[in-house]
Amino acid sequence: MSTAPPTIGATTPLPLPSPFTHSPLTLLTQGAEALVFRTTLLNAATPVALKYRPPKPYRHPLLDKRLTRARLLAEARVLVKCAREGVQVPEVVAVGVEEGWVALGWVEGGTVRGVLDGYTPSHPPSHPPGEQKDGQREEVLMGLMGRVGRAVGRMHEVGVCHGDLTTSNLMVRRKEGEKAQEHFETGGGHHTAGLEGLDGEIVLIDFGLATQSIQDEDRAVDLYVLERAFAATHPVAEPLFREVLRAYGESYKGAKVVLRRLEDVRMRGRKRSMLG
Amino acid sequence: MATVETLYLPHYPSYPIYISLFKNVSNAKFLRQQLLEANAAFEYAFLDGTMILSPRHLHAATFRALNDSVYNRLKSRNIHSELVFSLSPNNNIADAYRRFGIQDSTTSLLAIKIPLSNPEITAESVSKHLGDAVEGESVAFGEEALKGVTDVKALRKGVILGMMALKGT
Ligand SMILES: Nc1ncnc2c1ncn2[C@@H]1O[C@H](COP(=O)(O)OP(=O)(O)OP(=O)(O)O)[C@@H](O)[C@H]1O
Repeated sequence: MSTAPPTIGATTPLPLPSPFTHSPLTLLTQGAEALVFRTTLLNAATPVALKYRPPKPYRHPLLDKRLTRARLLAEARVLVKCAREGVQVPEVVAVGVEEGWVALGWVEGGTVRGVLDGYTPSHPPSHPPGEQKDGQREEVLMGLMGRVGRAVGRMHEVGVCHGDLTTSNLMVRRKEGEKAQEHFETGGGHHTAGLEGLDGEIVLIDFGLATQSIQDEDRAVDLYVLERAFAATHPVAEPLFREVLRAYGESYKGAKVVLRRLEDVRMRGRKRSMLG
Repeated sequence: MATVETLYLPHYPSYPIYISLFKNVSNAKFLRQQLLEANAAFEYAFLDGTMILSPRHLHAATFRALNDSVYNRLKSRNIHSELVFSLSPNNNIADAYRRFGIQDSTTSLLAIKIPLSNPEITAESVSKHLGDAVEGESVAFGEEALKGVTDVKALRKGVILGMMALKGT
């Protein structure tokens, strides 16, 4: 028996549970907890993100199964609740609770992380002003930030806290019929976006650490985590995040209180364990 | 002969699923009786077409029933009853039959046959049997054909699928 963390899938092909064992799947990302594949389910017109939580060989099999099951169900329940309340999240297409997978409706588009990555290096603040394209871009970006704030506000309003609100977990849904951008299609979560991709709807993803909560503290921590994620991307992201907070503050009753709480959280200046 | 669509779900290429849609059905009472009597010639899932939102709605329930069958964990008698059960967002089989299964008053009928590994059942044999047994107008199954059939008010997209995926867990 080995006690080392699993290296499954890193060098050896990972045995996926039936019915995916012999299916050609495209691996997108391999996180600490889950592997994400792109495939289709139900029919060829339903692309999905298949999220598989492989068993952890260093954990007792029975305990492992129970934990995985509980996590999957919690994630799926939160997603269904969000969908029912009109919060933009991927649809739960199917769940293999015993086998450790959930299939989520594929969100066509890039991540906010990709947008910010693409934005800051090529458009530094010292960039010669007066270029019309930049002004226009600024406006589109601010619009996007407003939508981020409102999307997070809406999620909080319905009683859900995300638990891992990073810029990679905010997607910008490409409008139907809009031309696919090549860099949107590749890689896992680090897409970059041109001006064209920025006017889509915000979709929240990765609810693996989400909780059903209406606590100001939990909400404020979500905002704090997001703020850190913005700051980590680039200092010039600061005015962008201010716009996120402004829109958030106006998005639901009670948001202003959360913004005040955010100041406390900042002051404590420590990142709360995201595992709650 | 009835029009039969052969469906293969992604990741389950060796399990054909046969689907037929009928409108203006006049012998639903007889058909339902065959199910109640467990007549072996009538091993189908007979669904009331008004309760099916889209092909995808049906595909989702079929996937679940097939997957649970392959894993040997059906919660009802067989894969056909399981399909009806899989459509329901709750855990009550009788309720599932009442809501999604054929009624004496059904006029839009969906007949689904999942032969699993029985090679004697083919699209052809299903077509012939249903053509003889169902008194009604056979129409090609699909998005368009369902549009005029579904009672949309009774159903809501997305929510249903999500709840279906989660029920019984
Ligand atoms: N529904 C979806 N549609 C499109 N892409 C998705 C979807 N879900 C996930 N992805 C892609 O897969 C990546 C990883 O997904 P997700 O964050 O849910 O997995 P995770 O392993 O829990 O991640 P982490 O380890 O960061 O917590 C995302 O950044 C995104 O690029």
